[in-house]
Amino acid sequence: MNNDRLVSMANQIADFFQSYPEAEAVEGVSVHIHKFWDPRMRQGIFAHLNAGGAGLKPIALKALQHLAETQPNLSKSA
Amino acid sequence: MLIQETDYGTPIRLSTKLVTLTIDGQDVTVPEGTSIMRAAAEMGTKVPKLCATDSIEAFGSCRLCAVEIEGRRGTPASCTTPVENGLKVWTQTGKLAKLRRNIMELYISDHPLDCLTCPANGNCELQDMAGVVGLRDVRYGFKGANHLDAQKDESNPYFTFDASKCIVCSRCVRACEEVQGTFALTIDSRGFASTVSPGQKEDFLGSECVSCGACVQACPTATLMEKTIIEAGQPEHSVVTTCAYCGVGCSFKAELRGTEVVNMVPYKDGQANHGHSCVKGRFAWGYTTHQDRITKPMIRAKITDPWTEVSWEEAINHAASEFKRIQKKYGRTSVGGITSSRCTNEETYLVQKLIRAAFGTNNVDTCARVCHSPTGYGLSTTLGTSAGTQNFDSVREADVVMVIGANPTDGHPVFASHLKKRLRQGAKLIVIDPRRIDLVKSPHIQAQYHLPLKPGTNVAMINAMAHVIVTEGLVQEDYVAERCDMAEFNRWRDFVSDKRHAPEEMEKYTGVKAADVREAARLYASVRNAAIYYGLGVTEHSQGSTMVMGMANLAMATGNIGHVGAGVNPLRGQNNVQGSCDMGSFPHELPGYRHIATDAVRHQFEAAWGVTLDPEPGLRIPNMLDAAVDGTFMGIYIQGEDIAQSDPNTKHVTAGLEAMECVVVQDIFLNETANYAHVFLPGTTFLEKDGTFTNAERRINMVRQAIPPMPGYADWQVTMMLSNALGYRMDYTHPSEIMDEIAHLTPTFKGVSYQRLEEMGSIQWPCNDAAPNGTPTMHIDRFVRGLGRFMITEFVPTEERVGPRFPLILTTGRILSQYNVGAQTRRTENVAWHPEDVLEIHAHDAEQRGIRDGDNVAVVSRVGETSLKAVISERMQPGVVYTTFHHVGTGANVITTDFSDWATNCPEYKVTAVEVRLSNHQSEWQRENALFRDATRRIHKAAE
Repeated sequence: MNNDRLVSMANQIADFFQSYPEAEAVEGVSVHIHKFWDPRMRQGIFAHLNAGGAGLKPIALKALQHLAETQPNLSKSA
Repeated sequence: MLIQETDYGTPIRLSTKLVTLTIDGQDVTVPEGTSIMRAAAEMGTKVPKLCATDSIEAFGSCRLCAVEIEGRRGTPASCTTPVENGLKVWTQTGKLAKLRRNIMELYISDHPLDCLTCPANGNCELQDMAGVVGLRDVRYGFKGANHLDAQKDESNPYFTFDASKCIVCSRCVRACEEVQGTFALTIDSRGFASTVSPGQKEDFLGSECVSCGACVQACPTATLMEKTIIEAGQPEHSVVTTCAYCGVGCSFKAELRGTEVVNMVPYKDGQANHGHSCVKGRFAWGYTTHQDRITKPMIRAKITDPWTEVSWEEAINHAASEFKRIQKKYGRTSVGGITSSRCTNEETYLVQKLIRAAFGTNNVDTCARVCHSPTGYGLSTTLGTSAGTQNFDSVREADVVMVIGANPTDGHPVFASHLKKRLRQGAKLIVIDPRRIDLVKSPHIQAQYHLPLKPGTNVAMINAMAHVIVTEGLVQEDYVAERCDMAEFNRWRDFVSDKRHAPEEMEKYTGVKAADVREAARLYASVRNAAIYYGLGVTEHSQGSTMVMGMANLAMATGNIGHVGAGVNPLRGQNNVQGSCDMGSFPHELPGYRHIATDAVRHQFEAAWGVTLDPEPGLRIPNMLDAAVDGTFMGIYIQGEDIAQSDPNTKHVTAGLEAMECVVVQDIFLNETANYAHVFLPGTTFLEKDGTFTNAERRINMVRQAIPPMPGYADWQVTMMLSNALGYRMDYTHPSEIMDEIAHLTPTFKGVSYQRLEEMGSIQWPCNDAAPNGTPTMHIDRFVRGLGRFMITEFVPTEERVGPRFPLILTTGRILSQYNVGAQTRRTENVAWHPEDVLEIHAHDAEQRGIRDGDNVAVVSRVGETSLKAVISERMQPGVVYTTFHHVGTGANVITTDFSDWATNCPEYKVTAVEVRLSNHQSEWQRENALFRDATRRIHKAAE
């Protein structure tokens, strides 16, 4: 999947949650990606995260890191 | 059997106070305010009448309905005389018989005596009344002045106006005013010279008439007559079914002669439309038998090959083997499908079942992705249900109506007529829309506030209104405390109270005067019943879901959810887009909006379907196209959708389709998507099958087969064949069995069955043990999710920005006479009103560019270019241009971009930065696409 598009999508989700307290925002973004993204999309964004996560906004970055820690199988499945 | 509804003569009255009188010696009790004519009709007594019909208020002009009342002088008209306790009324006396015969004699003395060759023969109230009153002679002859040579107006494509047959009863004029609310007709001149006139003595086509058909329906003679009836003759039987156009879901009588449909008449008992219609449902059904219909299956190896007609067996087996091959080569999740919002619930359910059970993936999506997916997300998050809160009738009790990003008179015309009726009764109107839509100012309608915001600033606007309501103490504190999550509410209150959300601060984004925003917010919050109705102008933005939540916040804060007259109401686009969402068409949800990852839910379906389901969400349509370009999504089954025309950034869509190895399209015509298909499975129209549609008010309506399926099979049968060929058995013998399975697996549909639908006419879900007769109003007493959840709705400007290269904002939409991609309406006489897409542009923007009305212009965005005719329009604000996407040649979506809603990927159709310039040629894409279309549409016919 196109990394720029995935990064843009993740950042848009982060924008929505930006006005929530950080812990809630991180949870909100990670739950959203978990619930609505197809595995290959998640695999793509995790690959991008592992490569440094360029372009990801801080909340998106933290949410993906949180997701990778709490749901390690997500970053592996395709 | 031909269904003939009872005409009670005057409208129903709903008073709880009852009145008892005696008519022809028989006691009858009716609500106060009822006419004597209606009271008589309700006890089975027909009082002769001509100018009265129960869809419009009494007029009292023909005097044929005169009655005698004991103790009163004269012969009052029963249509205009209300009942009173103790009245003794006689409807048939010698005096009345003589009077009525004289009246009829006068009418007939100026009426052609051509009954045997008249198209209304057998369905003419004038003819009937002549018989009823016993008219045997016309003593006056025809030598005096008369109207027998009056000119016929045949300008309208669907009906004629024959003034020689007009009795000037004004039923047409009053229907146009009271039922439709257009006020296009009038009675011109006085006395003997009186004549029905569209507009200022214009012809029907050139007038403001919107061809809803209300006048034709109301006409008691052959004066206004459908051309199909003139050509074919009167129908001999009828079938009640549901319109296949917009999400209003009007009930119609399909009237037939044998297997030929000759008329579509709105059904009086239709619970969504109450006997009204629009030009599309009433007249634009000719596409169903259009010569372009494809009725034989076709296959081809490459999209550059000609199509070859094959048997159903060969087409189905070929498609199944291709999907199996692709899955073997690229993996299980390399295929998927799109369900149709134009097909029935049962068909949609089967397609998603095929994809989940036979393909073994959740790569299923539907057209709601590109229209109301943010509605589902936003309302589910805040209220707990992915649907609107009211029935359409609720608008009858609204005191303030706020229309946001919707154009009901064009997109949902029958609802608009009901809305306009309420507005004429005095309800206040707020319109939030970049364009000055017709509702802002039309005959007898004037919006109190039109807030013409800049496209893309909805959330700034709703936050500004919320700021006013919160900071001016307009919150319904008791309602919120009782029904909402207070922690979430307090956080939201703090958020919107911040000065940065004040209308004065938001004005720089919205472009709307802060004072108007404040006044509009106060008006919305000032009444018991304030209702929000919204459309794609809300959802098709990068913050579509945020805006839906913002509206829900506003409604909760003002106590406007959970009772009649209020609510948050999406005006959904396609006939069954609500149903397609209900039926589990989204990649993360099973039927009934239950997440695929929820073990208990998934296990229930696994047990019923006998398969193991993937617990992971699948791809959405735009993600499928991205994955196709990437080479991981290689086959798709598309039923009744045309993503190559309807979805944004056409070049990206077609690149995705072109990258796939097997595209199966099931449709009634070779649509634009079929240009990229390898298998074409002919589909059926709504007239050719049984099933149900669910409209925007969650109303499940019956679709009944009127004519045999032209390809031999209904769509649900074709999906079954494909599933069986894939090795997953489906054995339904009738759509009712599919609905039984849906009801078994979906809690909100538990009480739905064909038997109950037949008994009740229609059912609004949820229908289950808690609500055995359905649910007209949602969230009464408590929200479905428990406590209402206020969400923080930060305004985030879209990344699509205007600049020096692209200084204008293009917003797209639709118009009354055309529907969606136009595949149906372009193949009807509706092209008389809209033969091509045009670009509406403000005079200032046009002048700056040297553009005159009617000039050909190029519209260029950063992703594409097209050309079309410019129309200078006062509806536009400077800096904003508008067009529709109904026509293939224009291909408006070649300009729109990939930007989409943050939560659902619903495309941002409403904001595209463009430049407009004079042009004398088509764009490169237009030229290439025209050549490509021709090349891909060749068909090798099978030997007969």
